[in-house]
Amino acid sequence: MKVKMLSRNPDNYVRETKLDLQRVPRNYDPTLHPFEVPREYVRALNATKLERVFAKPFLASLDGHRDGVNCMAKHPKSLATVLSGACDGEVRIWNLTKRKCIRTIQAHEGFVRGICTRFCGTSFFTVGDDKTVKQWKMDGPGYGEEEEPLHTILGKTVYTGIDHHWKEAVFATCGQQVDIWDEQRTSPICSMTWGFDSISSVKFNPIETFLLGSCASDRNIVLYDMRQATPLKKVILDMRTNTICWNPMEAFVFTAANEDYNLYTFDMRALDTPVMVHMDHVSAVLDVDYSPTGKEFVSASFDKSIRIFPVDKSRSREVYHTKRMQHVICVKWTSDSKYIMCGSDEMNIRLWKANASEKLGVLTSREKAAKDYNQKLKEKFQHHPHIKRIARHRHLPKSIYSQIQEQRIMKEARRRKEVNRLKHSKPGSVAIVSEKKKHVVAVVK
Amino acid sequence: METAPKPSKDVPPKKNRLKAKRKKPRRYWDEETLTAAGASPGLPRNKKRNRELRPQRPKNTNIAKKSRVSRKPQLPKKPREGRNLEPQRSVSGAQDPFPGPAPVPVEAARKFRRIDKSKKLPHSKSKTRSRLEVAEAEEEEISIKAARSELLLAEEPGFLEGEDGEDTAKICQADIVEAVDIASAAKHFDLNLRQFGPYRLNYSPTGRHLAFGGHRGHVAALDWVTKRLMCEINVMEAVRDIRFLHSEALLAVAQNRWLHIYDNQGIELHCIRRCDRVTRLEFLPFHFLLATASETGFLTYLDVSVGKIVAALNARAGRLDVMTKNPYNAVIHLGHSNGTVSLWSPAMKEPLAKILCHRGGVRAVAVDSTGTYMATSGLDHQLKIFDLRGMFQPLSARTLPQGAGHLAFSQRGLLAAGMGDVVNIWAGQGKASPPSLEQPYLTHRLSGHVHGLQFCPFEDVLGVGHSGGITSMLVPGAAEPNFDGLESNPYRSQKQRQEWEVKALLEKVPAELICLDPRALAEVDVISLEQEKKERIERLGYDPEAKAPFQPKPKQKGRSSTASLVKRKRKVMDKEHRDKVRQSLEQQPQKQEKAKLPRARPSALDRFVR
Repeated sequence: MKVKMLSRNPDNYVRETKLDLQRVPRNYDPTLHPFEVPREYVRALNATKLERVFAKPFLASLDGHRDGVNCMAKHPKSLATVLSGACDGEVRIWNLTKRKCIRTIQAHEGFVRGICTRFCGTSFFTVGDDKTVKQWKMDGPGYGEEEEPLHTILGKTVYTGIDHHWKEAVFATCGQQVDIWDEQRTSPICSMTWGFDSISSVKFNPIETFLLGSCASDRNIVLYDMRQATPLKKVILDMRTNTICWNPMEAFVFTAANEDYNLYTFDMRALDTPVMVHMDHVSAVLDVDYSPTGKEFVSASFDKSIRIFPVDKSRSREVYHTKRMQHVICVKWTSDSKYIMCGSDEMNIRLWKANASEKLGVLTSREKAAKDYNQKLKEKFQHHPHIKRIARHRHLPKSIYSQIQEQRIMKEARRRKEVNRLKHSKPGSVAIVSEKKKHVVAVVK
Repeated sequence: METAPKPSKDVPPKKNRLKAKRKKPRRYWDEETLTAAGASPGLPRNKKRNRELRPQRPKNTNIAKKSRVSRKPQLPKKPREGRNLEPQRSVSGAQDPFPGPAPVPVEAARKFRRIDKSKKLPHSKSKTRSRLEVAEAEEEEISIKAARSELLLAEEPGFLEGEDGEDTAKICQADIVEAVDIASAAKHFDLNLRQFGPYRLNYSPTGRHLAFGGHRGHVAALDWVTKRLMCEINVMEAVRDIRFLHSEALLAVAQNRWLHIYDNQGIELHCIRRCDRVTRLEFLPFHFLLATASETGFLTYLDVSVGKIVAALNARAGRLDVMTKNPYNAVIHLGHSNGTVSLWSPAMKEPLAKILCHRGGVRAVAVDSTGTYMATSGLDHQLKIFDLRGMFQPLSARTLPQGAGHLAFSQRGLLAAGMGDVVNIWAGQGKASPPSLEQPYLTHRLSGHVHGLQFCPFEDVLGVGHSGGITSMLVPGAAEPNFDGLESNPYRSQKQRQEWEVKALLEKVPAELICLDPRALAEVDVISLEQEKKERIERLGYDPEAKAPFQPKPKQKGRSSTASLVKRKRKVMDKEHRDKVRQSLEQQPQKQEKAKLPRARPSALDRFVR
């Protein structure tokens, strides 16, 4: 007879002294871990609930402006510095870690229409209603010196926007036409027009740095190549586009914030159909900015809220609002992709977390592991109805909520009419136009 | 797990021999490298590690196991791994005798596989499909890694082997006790409690504690390893069944009238009057549900974390006194007097399934820990084993002279049956195979009639409650040798238990999720997907995902006349049509074959089959 009994030595399983860690032998045999799917589901449910519990995105409000904040700019070299221009011609430079204003400049008479930093971070440019372009030093004046711009260019018409080239000493302004300037000269290198309307914003492509995009009030978006004297092509939409923003990761993708409450992500190579129509706002979208990862963007709207959209989704994943925040005019996503800043009508700049439930500060390795595990679980069970409902639920102010309901009814009525028309006409006589194609009027080359 | 042939010590490997022929200038270290290469550095090291990990294993069994493993089919190697299969040579000229990653036995990897690749999603989009493919590849890699980590398990299961032709069933407990070490021998004991007779017993989920209740009211709980008594009371009422709740601190006792809950001091915490005349108790630890079967025919689920009754189901089959749980999916199996076994979940008012098992009433039911096999015994003196995976087919049956009144499965798939005052234990070939009923593995005669049976988790011990008291039998090879410290740890401290309790409560599985297949929650719900698609088409008035009809592109050089356009269009349409017809033709013979499959015995009722 040969016999062996299971006989464990407790010394191998119990810690020696109280100062030791407890020993935890593992065995990953699935029969010892029954119900792994239901248990994971419950964990995912708990993680989703906790995410909503900890969703406290609002960090700070920077006050000091004496009129609505009209434009903002990020510092290219310092994460803590941000610049803002207000409707009374004042420019302020803020320190985000201290949450304080570190410098105030009375830059223009009337609105500061646009502000941009030079790629090296030593100076910045502003344009205003007083038909001037001014270049300022980033550092304040020394003791006894007077606050003065480095250069001032007097133009003939009002400038409405400005953007600096990402690598060279060149910047572009817009107004009646798009002007491209050398920093050393007082007259533009070239100015380009297509039609006769005022252009509201111009943006340089951060990757293909000689490309520009602009949007005008005659409902079109025009693309330019800096090396040519003429524009490349334009797309005409249903309504006016307020701003565009280029994707910092994909050179040919840009997103346009439109007056018809939607945002359109275009592929530059095929402008006749937008890649995605982003719907959720209930009023005109005023500004848009991409996350540095190029996966998401944030939009500011006249409906007193900002929303975060994934690039490949048509619905937003997040909406931020407060009782005091009025029409949001400008928005920026910080370069570390962790925070969002928005400037609004009621003179404040607000700082938000990009990920509402994220814990700030240094995480221990166990916290990080738990966070990653929960993230994966949420991803795995995201389509389960109960979890989806909790993850999607957002409280909205009454005005936005009721407007969403109203617009849903309107949309439903329009769709019903279309279906009826389709049903009662000869098959093939009524073309089915997809939602994407519906808003593009024409593409001109 | 070594598979490559071991190079012999005398003959140097081929490449080294060639080198010697060419007579290169020899350095003083050449001698050393040659011997090092010949002695194959990998093998002895691994051997040593094996010995370290498994200290108690005799040498001859080690060799036998190794040869068995090496004969097993090996995983097909990935092309990436295959590239460095040929022995690589290091700077010193020594070559790796076991190139590439260590092979993993297929069976071990299959145990950890979770995704069923045979199920394909209908009309999934390419994006979804690619995502699924990525997930599948990841899962495969993980299963191989998990299988590889089995090498780190510290303990080996026990065994009992007779020497050539010796029947293990003849070996009595006294012999085993004599042969094993003192610590294991101490696990065999008898408690003579003739006064309050027959006893029901229950081990706590960690296997550390034992509670028993006599029919005349004697209730006691003890740490059976150290034999430290936790409490001992007399409830002055008949005790029908006793069960530990999620930890050893709470004890549910089914008494003559009502269900009572005691703590480990013997203090009565609750008297649950909504569960009356309970005959059998089962606790579902992951759902925190206490299932009770009563004389009145009700199956009641009590949520012990909040103290609410989740469901009270009327089985409509008279008195219920045969009940067991399926540890794999938490479904309750009830045995009835008409020979059926019914499967219940709290979410459904009706049984999930009914299986006709015996002619005459069912006396005992047991389900093994993987949820694959169910053993039943009936008044017809039959003992049957059913496969629970598909159509509930009986796998094997055996008539016993007395018929078994109590059945229990161990963690490693041993089946114990109590027949009168005898306990028989059957074993299978491996862990995942059903016990073979031909020859018992062990038998033992007790001093009274058996009234309760349970294998102790994580110990090679079978606890038997009988009219003469309690007997703790030694059954080598019954229990899972390697426990998981985060799941149920027999050596856990009080602090660890408290932590575990909080975690377990946080992930309490809702009672509605109990169903036959617990993995169904992770699968794609195809039915509601199709339903949603249909509704969407109805709402929109057209199918947005439909393939657009073919439109021929205009061609240059005058070839796009109307006639040629129509011709091209027709050509494409005809091709599509032909493909469709071909597909349907291919499917038809399969259907006919299925219908024509010969059945075991033609029945007179076949003429009514359409």
